[in-house]
Amino acid sequence: MRQTNVLVIGGGPAGLSAATAAAQCGARVILVDSSSRLGGQLIKQTHKFFGSREQRAGTRGIEIARLLQEEAEAARVEILPETAALGLYSDGVVTLEKNERLIKLKPERLVVATGASEKTLAFANNDLPGIYGAGAVQTLMNVHGVRPGQRAVMVGAGNIGLIVSYQLCQAGVEVAAVVEAAPSIGGYAVHASKIRRLGIPILTSYSIKAAHGGETLEGVTVWQLNEKWQGIPGTEQVLAADILCLAVGLTPLTELLWQAGCQMEYIPELGGHVPWYDENQQTSVPGIYVAGDAAAVEEASSAMVTGKLAGLASAHSLGLCPDFPVLGEKVRQELTQLRAGPTGEKIRKGLGKLRARSRPGAM
Amino acid sequence: MRIKDHPILDFPQGKKVTFYFEDQVLEGYEGEPIAAALHDAGIRVLRESQVLHRPRGFFCAIGNCSSCLMVVDGVPNVRVCVEKLRAGMTVRRQKGKGDLFASN
Repeated sequence: MRQTNVLVIGGGPAGLSAATAAAQCGARVILVDSSSRLGGQLIKQTHKFFGSREQRAGTRGIEIARLLQEEAEAARVEILPETAALGLYSDGVVTLEKNERLIKLKPERLVVATGASEKTLAFANNDLPGIYGAGAVQTLMNVHGVRPGQRAVMVGAGNIGLIVSYQLCQAGVEVAAVVEAAPSIGGYAVHASKIRRLGIPILTSYSIKAAHGGETLEGVTVWQLNEKWQGIPGTEQVLAADILCLAVGLTPLTELLWQAGCQMEYIPELGGHVPWYDENQQTSVPGIYVAGDAAAVEEASSAMVTGKLAGLASAHSLGLCPDFPVLGEKVRQELTQLRAGPTGEKIRKGLGKLRARSRPGAM
Repeated sequence: MRIKDHPILDFPQGKKVTFYFEDQVLEGYEGEPIAAALHDAGIRVLRESQVLHRPRGFFCAIGNCSSCLMVVDGVPNVRVCVEKLRAGMTVRRQKGKGDLFASN
């Protein structure tokens, strides 16, 4: 059985940052990812990031993915692409699958950075081919260079919905409308302005009533919502579309953490079920850390920082990273800054709830 | 439908290969997901649901949701949104759960 100091599961912004941080402290680190290309969902982000220099503001996501991978390689992280983590066992053994072969690994510390998956929405015919997660359309266009169709309707005016609408236009797809159930636009004004300048209507307090089509999507009926989020009869509009994108949020991918017996909590503000974790990203199972969207659905910039924190903390717990008391505090302050302001309100509320839940073993 | 002119991206394509979908001969690029090649050919119905026999396409495109399971070279339950295309592959729509014991 193979052994290592730290195993990182997931090679997105959180996992790569965790692996680099731990390896720079002198830990032997293995990072596994199920896909062949590292970077997680950064590989389809063609827009430039906001924030501060530490989180690589002004750089496109695809470029950040490349930089993070180069840093991990320079720190001598052993990277295993096309390797899926299958299970975490109570004796600390992790099973992996690569090229249809089973690998057993016993790491001293584990960082789970498995990311999140897209949510769906309930409406008639929501299973018709042509209805996709917004991220799926982004992957098809920006990674594989295939246009998903001719005319799209986007559900959700958060940042993902707005950014992907713009990217659909860049790929030559007509966007009929952006539909948002909330009375106001959730995403940044800069993204919303770009959509409006292209003449695309953003319909707030609107949702999807039904999708139509035979074998594949041909159109959608949208309708206005009242203050109780119920559809108002008589306000229906039928929009012709062969693509319907759902940008209605993400939910953490936590199967491995459930299997490992981590204490799980349901916190809607963090995306659903998340593991309990302390201020250093350690879960209720000692030695298992969580970072990125698997810990709380946030931006890629925060994922890089929670990853770094988990990487440093895991190394410190192995007797490495003697400067952790100072370094860790600095990284936690970076996180506080990222989550400041009105856009961070939801995450602050969610983390507040999580911390208020009884600490494992304290009952 | 391939994207030809993109303001930010260009798409270096691999080798062009031939594969089989049901009774059709299609072309795609080696190493791209099977679903991308099918989409390029305008094929969006990938399987039939188990109980109500409804058409299904892909939803997540990153191997999470299992909406795109097809029978590839006789093997059912292949996630074609992440399975890489190779020359000569035989791709079929999956009906329901698929048959693990079918010879092809």
